[in-house]
Amino acid sequence: MEVIVSSKPLVAMLCALFGAILVSLSGKNPNIRESWSVAAAVCMFGVIASMVPEVMAGNVYKYQLFDMLPGLSLTFRADAFSMIFAIVASFLWILAAFYSMGYMRGLLEHAQTRFNTCFALSLFGAIGVAFADNIFTLYLFYEIVSICTYPLVAHHQDEEGYSGARKYIVYLTTTAKGLLLPAMILIYVLTGSLDFADNIHTGIIPVGVNGVVVTILYICFLIGFAKNGVMPVHNWLPGAMVAPTPVSALLHAVAVVKVGVFSTTRVMLYVFGTDQMSALGLGVPTAYFVSFTIITASIIALTKDNLKARLAYSTVSQLSYIILGVALLTPNGIEGGLVHIANHAFSKITLFFCAGAIYVATRKKTISEMSGLGRTMPFTFAAFGIASLSMIGAPPVAGFVTKWKLLVGAMEMETHSIGILLVLLASTLLNAAYFAPVTYRAFFGKRPEGETYEGIKEAPLSMVIPLMIAAIISVIIGIYPDFMMTFVNMVTQ
Amino acid sequence: MDFLILHDGWLPILSILMILPLAGAFLLFVIPGENFQKYWALGVTILTAAVSLPLYYSFDPTTHNYQFGEHHSWIPALNVNYTLGIDGISLLLVLMTTLLMPLCVLCSWRYITTKVRAFMFCLLLIESTMLGVFMALDFVFFYIVWEATLIPMFFLIGVWGGERKIYASIKFFLYTLAGSVLMLVAIIALYFNTDPHTFSIPLLMGQGYSSIFQKWVFVAFFLAFAIKVPMFPFHTWLPAAHVQAPTAGSVILASVLLKMGTYGFLRFCLPITPAASVTFTPYILWLSVAGILYGGFTALAQSDMKKLIAYSSVGHMGFITLGIFVLNPNGMEGALLQMINHGITTGALFLCVGIIYERTHTRELALNAGVGMYMPVYVTFLAFFSLSSLAFPGTNSFIGEFMILAGGFAKSKLIATCAIPGAILAAAYMLRMLQKVIWGGTENPIHTGLSDLNTREIVTLAPLLLLVFWIGLAPKPFINVMHASVAHLLEQVIGMQTGIAPMANVLLP
Repeated sequence: MEVIVSSKPLVAMLCALFGAILVSLSGKNPNIRESWSVAAAVCMFGVIASMVPEVMAGNVYKYQLFDMLPGLSLTFRADAFSMIFAIVASFLWILAAFYSMGYMRGLLEHAQTRFNTCFALSLFGAIGVAFADNIFTLYLFYEIVSICTYPLVAHHQDEEGYSGARKYIVYLTTTAKGLLLPAMILIYVLTGSLDFADNIHTGIIPVGVNGVVVTILYICFLIGFAKNGVMPVHNWLPGAMVAPTPVSALLHAVAVVKVGVFSTTRVMLYVFGTDQMSALGLGVPTAYFVSFTIITASIIALTKDNLKARLAYSTVSQLSYIILGVALLTPNGIEGGLVHIANHAFSKITLFFCAGAIYVATRKKTISEMSGLGRTMPFTFAAFGIASLSMIGAPPVAGFVTKWKLLVGAMEMETHSIGILLVLLASTLLNAAYFAPVTYRAFFGKRPEGETYEGIKEAPLSMVIPLMIAAIISVIIGIYPDFMMTFVNMVTQ
Repeated sequence: MDFLILHDGWLPILSILMILPLAGAFLLFVIPGENFQKYWALGVTILTAAVSLPLYYSFDPTTHNYQFGEHHSWIPALNVNYTLGIDGISLLLVLMTTLLMPLCVLCSWRYITTKVRAFMFCLLLIESTMLGVFMALDFVFFYIVWEATLIPMFFLIGVWGGERKIYASIKFFLYTLAGSVLMLVAIIALYFNTDPHTFSIPLLMGQGYSSIFQKWVFVAFFLAFAIKVPMFPFHTWLPAAHVQAPTAGSVILASVLLKMGTYGFLRFCLPITPAASVTFTPYILWLSVAGILYGGFTALAQSDMKKLIAYSSVGHMGFITLGIFVLNPNGMEGALLQMINHGITTGALFLCVGIIYERTHTRELALNAGVGMYMPVYVTFLAFFSLSSLAFPGTNSFIGEFMILAGGFAKSKLIATCAIPGAILAAAYMLRMLQKVIWGGTENPIHTGLSDLNTREIVTLAPLLLLVFWIGLAPKPFINVMHASVAHLLEQVIGMQTGIAPMANVLLP
């Protein structure tokens, strides 16, 4: 492994930051404003893509921006682990930029300049999290994401928007300030540094620290990164679904929640390390803890008739797969968990895009109103069907790769493999139970009485094309998972 | 006099710094026209700030001795001297004072409409005395300037204040005076208990006084400074004074006058009565935690923006006293840095409240709801300062709070953990205020016709915003000057060898 000192990770982030500034300055001309969004997204993806060859060769980009105190610095790194998240988030931003153009204009939403500015700022934060080289940098950008997404959640500025946004910010800042901050400071006091380790095994906590202290720190991080949606701190997520759909799509299926699980897994692997986690026996309890979320959220999803609410609980459930995989502490388990960051992102953004497209085309929000709508909007519902298969974990869509890896990982465990296998099995059945009926009813269900769907056609192309692309990619990375698996394998090696 | 490094050359820079605003104040009486008087005050404060800047560059961070020293005999019969000098503890406070004063003049430009000459006179006078407090190394002179800060502040509140200005100014005066009297007793007791009798502050340190004597002296000093800080439960004068004071008065009060209390702990309590300080440490730490939580909860309940920030100060100052009394380098340097940070951030927040008050003539959150639509530049500034106040990472307060809590965790995990809810509360009340001001609710008061910031206001706020990020991202230039003095102070208190090595061995069970 070679360390390349380069500002590329920073440049990638600055694309989003400058994008946000330019967007905010060109509010008077919507076309120029939106082209800044797209340009920033494309530039960011380009810079990140340019780092792929070196990272694939096993090298790591590092860049120290500010050295604040001994052991406390603002430093960025791009390694295989960061690339999993960075590539996905930056690529999906391009799709989301086009999609939100169609959505926001289609609905004549107000304050589009603020919306687009905050959108870009949130991506700035998300990519900052991906490229963080120490807990402080991670924490900084984690908080930036919280603050910059508040205006997006509260976008409609009605009672519902304000109360959803209040819940959102209260959950996220309380957990961050109350758990992450003390845990971070205590680690600094214990080790004199906050830098992540170079591999997933050793961790940074010195030998001899009391196991109880380490366990408490671990719990602080697991719950403190509340963006990961682990119960009992998941409630902000369904509340935040009052936001416009592109926000739900990009932020609550990709950026925000992935910031949460990415941070959680980054800290699990690079601060505590698999050795220490095995030694203290933290893996299995974590696996069962998040299993509760997987199962419970799926059951709640079954009860939701509002499509976005169902997707929200599905997200809560799916996010825990990622943590579950890592908590198995076996190579296949970790790989399965991490690759799900990408797989879930593509599939879930497709689902949210579809929900938004349906809303723009028909103003319908609940699943029961959508019976028979598939014949009217075939492309949208076909994409929805493909993405649901991925969520269920059926081949050949992306989610299958995850499920396969997780199952193998569970079998590799010395103990408790039956328990974990049962969880995976039960959750797969539940996934099928809440996703399959949506597509089935849309294509084969009877239209509601008196409903002719007259005058309804597919949503604008700027929405349908991104959602089709996302669906197709879900299939491609299911059939050819090698690209993402390369990074994932490099992490576990 | 080996503790004093006399100034180079023939210019006594510290005396000049004190005399400049004083002379400027008296010359105001021959300057005609209110506009000229404003420009004159602005010029004098800017000149003072400019003169003070070389202090930083000529400062030698490797020694703990007092630098730029001056020493003249004043009343030989009583061994009273005129001794000035600054070290790593006072340097940044001096610089902060001189840099804030031009902003105080600027923020009063339109706010003060009556008796402009007298107002500017008070501002310049208080600058001179505050600088004296941070520079004095002889107790008699110190006591004089310490008391002298009260008088201009009394008038600033009492003449240009709000509706209940008389009540607030008298309450402020009596509280602080009560503390000062106790301090005077302590000073005289110290004088007679030292042989030869002396008022020299550095000479009174490390005298090995008896344990019981130390305790009495400590308590007297402690009460004086705890009222000034103000520590819970001695804080009740603060919200009243802040709410009634004009903007410049609030800024000076929050940014500088409160720091005189914590400065007192560092300069007098710890080195003069070290044994008593260590004895009382646990109580003071718990009192700090109480202040942090009380300030936080009370701030959360306020509907008046100024009161909210005033109570937040009680919480923030609790963090500072916590950092001082954990008695380790991280905590103490963090506290010292946080004193500067609080000056910058809370000063800026008071400026922001003043700006909105000039426009809407109210400080009620409900009546100022939703001004973000009309004043985007203003709310951008307000947002950054609020984030700084809640210790958002990347801003100045984060570094201070981080160091204080690192010191706290090294001292006692229990106490540090108990202070954490204070950090959550800070986020809660600041974000609540921010949400109300920027967005409000579904139905906001009508604010059409509100003008956004003008150039003067932007110029007032911009330097503070710069400092927020400068200290937040590159704090080393500010911390490096403290190392030697803080290390020496800790050595005086507990003979501890310092360094910033990880404190793992302290904590590991």
